[in-house]
Amino acid sequence: MTQINRLQAGGRIDRSKPLTFRFDGKSYQGYQGDTLASALLANGVDVVGRSFKYSRPRGIMAAGADEPNAVLQLGATEATQIPNVRATQQAVYDGLEAQPTNGWPSVNLDAMGFVGRWFGRFMPPGFYYKTFMYPQSLWMFYEKHIRRAAGLGRSPRAPDADQYDHINQHADVLVVGGGPAGLGAALAAARAGARVMLADEQEEPGGSLLDSAAQIDGEAASVWVTRVVNELADRENVLLLPRSTVNGYHDHNFLTIHERRADHLGDRAPEGMTRQRLHRVRARWVVLATGAHERPLVYGNNDVPGCFVAAALSTYLRRYAVAPGRSLVVSTANDYGYRAAFDWQDAGHEVVALVDSRANPQGAWQEEARERGLRLITGAAVSDVRGSKRVKAAAIVPLNEDGTQATGSLQWLTCDTVATSGGWSPAVHLSCHTGARPQWRDDIIGFVPGESREQMLTAGAVAGSYSLADCLKEGVSAGLKAATEAGFSGADVPVPTVSELAETPPMALFAVPHPKPNSRAPKQFVDYQNDVTAAGIELATREGFESIEHVKRYTAMGFGTDQGKLGNINGMAIAARSLGQTIPETGTTVFRPNYTPVTFGAIAGRHCRELFEPKRYTAMQPWHEQHGAEFENVGQWKRPWYYPKPGESMQEALNRECLATRESVGILDASTLGKIDIQGKDAREFIGRVYSNAWAKLAPGKCRYGLMCGEDGMVFDDGVTSCLGANHFLMTTTTGGAAHVLEWLELYHQTEWPELEVYFNSVTDHWATMGVAGPNSRKLLAELIEDIDLDGEAFRFMDWRQGTICGVPCRVFRISFTGELQYEINVPAHYGLYIWERLFEHGEKYNLTPYGTETMHILRAEKGFIIAGQDTDGSVHPYDLGMGWAVGENKPFSFIGRRGMKREDCVRPNRKQFVGLKTKDPNIVLPEGAHAVADPSQPKPMAMLGHVTSSYYSAFLGRSIALGFIKGGHERMGDTVYYPLEDGRVVEAEICSTIFLDPKGERQNV
Amino acid sequence: MFHIYCPHCEEYREEEEFHPKGEAHLARPEDPDNCTDEEWGDYLFFRKNPRGVHHELWVHAAGCRKFFNVTRDTQSYRIYETYKIGEQPSKAITA
Amino acid sequence: MQKYSGFGLFKHALNHHENWQRVWRNPKPKPHYDVIIVGGGGHGLATAYYLAKVHGITNVAVLEKGYLGGGNTGRNTTIVRSNYLWDESAHLYEHALKLWEGLSQELNYNVMFSQRGVLNLGHTLQDMRDIQRRVSANRLNGIDSEVLDTQQVQDLVPIMDCSPNARYPVLGSSWQPRAGVARHDAVAWGYARAADALGVDMLQQCEVTDLLIEDGTVTGVETRQHGTIKAGKVGCVVAGNSGVLAQMAGFRLPIESHPLQALVSEPIKPVLDTVVMSNQVHGYISQSDKGDLVIGAGIDGYNGYGQRGSYPTIEHTVQAIVEMFPIFSRVRMNRQWGGIVDTCPDACPIISATPVENLFFNCGWGTGGFKATPGSGHVFAEMLARGEASELAKPFSMFRFHDGALIDEHGAAGVAH
Repeated sequence: MTQINRLQAGGRIDRSKPLTFRFDGKSYQGYQGDTLASALLANGVDVVGRSFKYSRPRGIMAAGADEPNAVLQLGATEATQIPNVRATQQAVYDGLEAQPTNGWPSVNLDAMGFVGRWFGRFMPPGFYYKTFMYPQSLWMFYEKHIRRAAGLGRSPRAPDADQYDHINQHADVLVVGGGPAGLGAALAAARAGARVMLADEQEEPGGSLLDSAAQIDGEAASVWVTRVVNELADRENVLLLPRSTVNGYHDHNFLTIHERRADHLGDRAPEGMTRQRLHRVRARWVVLATGAHERPLVYGNNDVPGCFVAAALSTYLRRYAVAPGRSLVVSTANDYGYRAAFDWQDAGHEVVALVDSRANPQGAWQEEARERGLRLITGAAVSDVRGSKRVKAAAIVPLNEDGTQATGSLQWLTCDTVATSGGWSPAVHLSCHTGARPQWRDDIIGFVPGESREQMLTAGAVAGSYSLADCLKEGVSAGLKAATEAGFSGADVPVPTVSELAETPPMALFAVPHPKPNSRAPKQFVDYQNDVTAAGIELATREGFESIEHVKRYTAMGFGTDQGKLGNINGMAIAARSLGQTIPETGTTVFRPNYTPVTFGAIAGRHCRELFEPKRYTAMQPWHEQHGAEFENVGQWKRPWYYPKPGESMQEALNRECLATRESVGILDASTLGKIDIQGKDAREFIGRVYSNAWAKLAPGKCRYGLMCGEDGMVFDDGVTSCLGANHFLMTTTTGGAAHVLEWLELYHQTEWPELEVYFNSVTDHWATMGVAGPNSRKLLAELIEDIDLDGEAFRFMDWRQGTICGVPCRVFRISFTGELQYEINVPAHYGLYIWERLFEHGEKYNLTPYGTETMHILRAEKGFIIAGQDTDGSVHPYDLGMGWAVGENKPFSFIGRRGMKREDCVRPNRKQFVGLKTKDPNIVLPEGAHAVADPSQPKPMAMLGHVTSSYYSAFLGRSIALGFIKGGHERMGDTVYYPLEDGRVVEAEICSTIFLDPKGERQNV
Repeated sequence: MFHIYCPHCEEYREEEEFHPKGEAHLARPEDPDNCTDEEWGDYLFFRKNPRGVHHELWVHAAGCRKFFNVTRDTQSYRIYETYKIGEQPSKAITA
Repeated sequence: MQKYSGFGLFKHALNHHENWQRVWRNPKPKPHYDVIIVGGGGHGLATAYYLAKVHGITNVAVLEKGYLGGGNTGRNTTIVRSNYLWDESAHLYEHALKLWEGLSQELNYNVMFSQRGVLNLGHTLQDMRDIQRRVSANRLNGIDSEVLDTQQVQDLVPIMDCSPNARYPVLGSSWQPRAGVARHDAVAWGYARAADALGVDMLQQCEVTDLLIEDGTVTGVETRQHGTIKAGKVGCVVAGNSGVLAQMAGFRLPIESHPLQALVSEPIKPVLDTVVMSNQVHGYISQSDKGDLVIGAGIDGYNGYGQRGSYPTIEHTVQAIVEMFPIFSRVRMNRQWGGIVDTCPDACPIISATPVENLFFNCGWGTGGFKATPGSGHVFAEMLARGEASELAKPFSMFRFHDGALIDEHGAAGVAH
């Protein structure tokens, strides 16, 4: 198919580079420099989508971020699908594949269009709140069908193969928008020497100048653009970012820029290149030169393909050399609309009429219109359109002076294109992100950015200055001011001179009255994407939705992917009129990030998949992997969970690991336990304040277990702390709690007790730790450690010694989390693997068995040792745990937690207390989390007594064991409780001591 | 994202390096054991939580690990000043 | 009240929708009300409705400084569930869920309560222990709740990455089939319309600037727009402003106000049929009937009344979503916003008498308020009517922070939203 709407000459497209693309299954041609929208229009494609609610055919009507209709599905493969791409913002590349997002079997022959036409009247705003209620059970059925109609494009079904990245940037001046004001600002700030970033959302900078007929400094605007862009590109202090949208303006001048690096190149990013990049920018000053969006007029059937906003027509004609029609009616409330008529005429097509709603406009534009011989009709506006898939005729209606009444009947004009201009709406979005409320200006009939608390300036159309001369002047001046504020000065930047036609004041016209009341007139669309009409807005206000936020939420106005760029102000004006208020009284809704949608992948950057979160490994990781360990995630750590042998089930592996340890010797990689080195003359005093138990008498060479509580008295961590010297301690913490404990210590030291001289340092990663446990552990270590007397009398339980193992300096702690004779060997981390392997060389004869966290859990549970975080949950204090022995009641200082655990509720009887549990049937392992009841046959909700925190099969004891909480459990030894399970079974268990094995500690004390 | 001046590093750094730790200038009662439950509960849980100027505690967690105070408006998020533990806000700031 | 129905819709369509009645009146304030409810969000409006409907107290005003439902009611991710751990909260939220189940019919307003089920994923062994514990408690409390394994999760959400290669593989999940989502605005509007029909005055753009207290008893409120309005009792239900109102009454609350952010994608065709929540990777996601992926972000750690949070919080959330759903990488985020959540130290609300006679507070719902709306209103109405807490509300007294009887949902299961 030929490009029937392509002009013979002109435009910024490269005719030497034809590109082939497909839309809705058909192949088309465009040129390098085309957007998908301009290429579709060049090919005479009128219908690009179907509307959400009424399934009405929709065509392209704008040329930029404000386009509501041309929202397409892109992608040649499943993995490269992109939903909801705005055709006006997508460059055409060779092989581009696009699909409409709605319409079945096609956008041109859509079955739902029939439904929309005949049943649309039963779908006023909020109709779903008023129906589908009865019977209650049927909502899920209705919803399934409603959901089917929802959405625009579809998600890919395969993972994205492309990558995205982030760059943190620091700029003295960030200029947002590369139109005349932005280029002027960037140039001025750059010449002043500031570090400048210029971000522009389009394929090339220039903004409105790219389709402007104006002359700057005596030459075509585009020449000036090229010159300025070249200078900026050459400057080392400037980062020029095309295809980059500033999407969010956050606190303290932090802004995010979404750069589309490869979207114009193809379906996938080229090899070695990220597809998109998110710049995270901290700017000292920001110049907003974001321009403005033209408002279309609201009139009957204004969504029929062929209806455009006026400025978009000029863009298509002059920038892309596309005339999307043959015969045009322009309806405008200002001088801006005239340009579209002139450009259309210059392209050699028919301007049927130029309709100006002002009663008697007299100015340079009108004069030129007359000189051009255009049919100028004043005091009127387009009120209705005929046609379904393309405009066939437009009707104009005479208006009273303020545009509120139709004063005559419709006059139909045959045409295929309608362009309207209701004026401009400054793109205040980014300024709104900072919390600034937009301010209404009657003179420009629009909201401009309100006062911002950020270091921000505005220039050009966003500030309500629409003439090119003003944009250039304000741009240069804002750029200089921003640079000066940032500490740069002395630039000489002359303001370019332009000649342009003087303007006559615009008229405030938003919705064109129809001879019929809006409720009976043809649909007049305000927000196209959500099918919000003028009648719908009026209905909302009539029903009492009077706040503009209510109107918006009730009608869904502004909730589309265009976020109301085209329709919001019109909608507010209609609501205001319906409520008898002014627009500023009605107020505006608040724009929030993003300005235009941003790919999730770009926001995530490299922080997904392998790099989602760091993985922490111990020094012995290669050995664990070679020996078939299964791993458990604990915090960021990967810990060996158990080491199954080929063919072994998990339980079999655990049984083997447990028995080997209890009967001979086992080894655990305990390197992940948090280790905090504590020094200073007040270290001992400090430790005494943060642990619940006593520390005054712990001598060098000795270790002690400690419980750490919050000020509320609840246990949050535990571990062994060893006295390394008079003023030197090593504290161990749980694996997951290490960072929190360190911060906790620092908090109390820095804010409460700065007078104590004490220093903390995390040494977790400095040491590799291996727990060697079992009756043969001493024999094994004796072969490797020469300089420590391991004799039970010389090196007692809860002692530690410095020594050498296989020539490597080590600390050996005789502590036990298994109840066995146990030594914890600490060597510098880089020797960890070496020593681990030496232990296995020597340990083979003792059947040295590696065990993981699961066996560790079983062995400690047999001894009734708690795991903080598993057996505690922030609601239990040491007495609940039966660990009153670890509370130093006589310590002089009121340690953290002492007062908390004495509060009324903490000392009441019948608190949940930590107990052991033995099932009546020793082969049943209670599920962890199961809740006990006294009477399993009581009706629900049942009175629960407490839950199981830890539960295992103990191979050594030949039965199941469990730990958990029972109300008043410490006084209920021997009682029976019942656990009703999910599968309907009720398990009987007896409350017992938490210590299932060796209550006297004879195994560890040898 | 806030831009926070660490009074110890004497530099502006990104919020990501810091953790907020709640209200500043909360002194642990001198004699906890003589506090009533009500007094202790007040210390544990009851905060000023103002809408407006607030003195709060932050820690330069991914930096110098020092705690310090920030005077910040909880409505506008403007930071007026940062100062070290033990110091008082240099001036009475009212938004 | 004009009854809504499919037939009514049809009838009005024939009249070009010109004859729909107002959903609520715009009344002039009376000088005195039996009960003033400060705060026109979902909870306040529900309270007003049940006061009138259940207790026959109709001389009631709801004072809203902005527009009805404009606070957290209209800003949350609309998840409704009741599978809380502790008995006190489970009973309260289950009470709410039961009310949700008939709410559209009760109010004659379709709140689109969609019982599509909620998954709370487990990614670590400790997560799974917590899930088993919570599910066990739920079941004995009569709440529908199940533990699912990885394959069952994958069957429910085929598009989620449930492979063992994930950084934190999905080990299983809790599943509450009766849980789901609802249309947030409709809840506020439905309650407001029904309360209005029973005679309650909805006063929008009416900001309370002071509480009038005489001899330790509240007697009314001072408003910016309408001066003094007297009242027999005052109930404050002002999420995001509770501390400010408490200050007016001369006491403090154990509440801190934090920003909580949420975001939506562009609308896409239905692809996610349940609600998926993960604490470990910090992602909460469902798909609205319009097709947007509705995603809840984490809470910001600092106090903030700005209805804005920090960008890294959004970033982390999106990373979590892409981690869980790699296919969403090319889907685009449309919009983000923030609310103010009043959080209590134990992540449970305060429904309570106060040191001031006849002044009651309902606040501190943190991230979980929306789901409780009907239950919260129901029990708070009873408190305002009878002057004392019902069995369900008793554990939520503000005085628990002194005696230590906290209901620590935070510590116990770390459940958010």
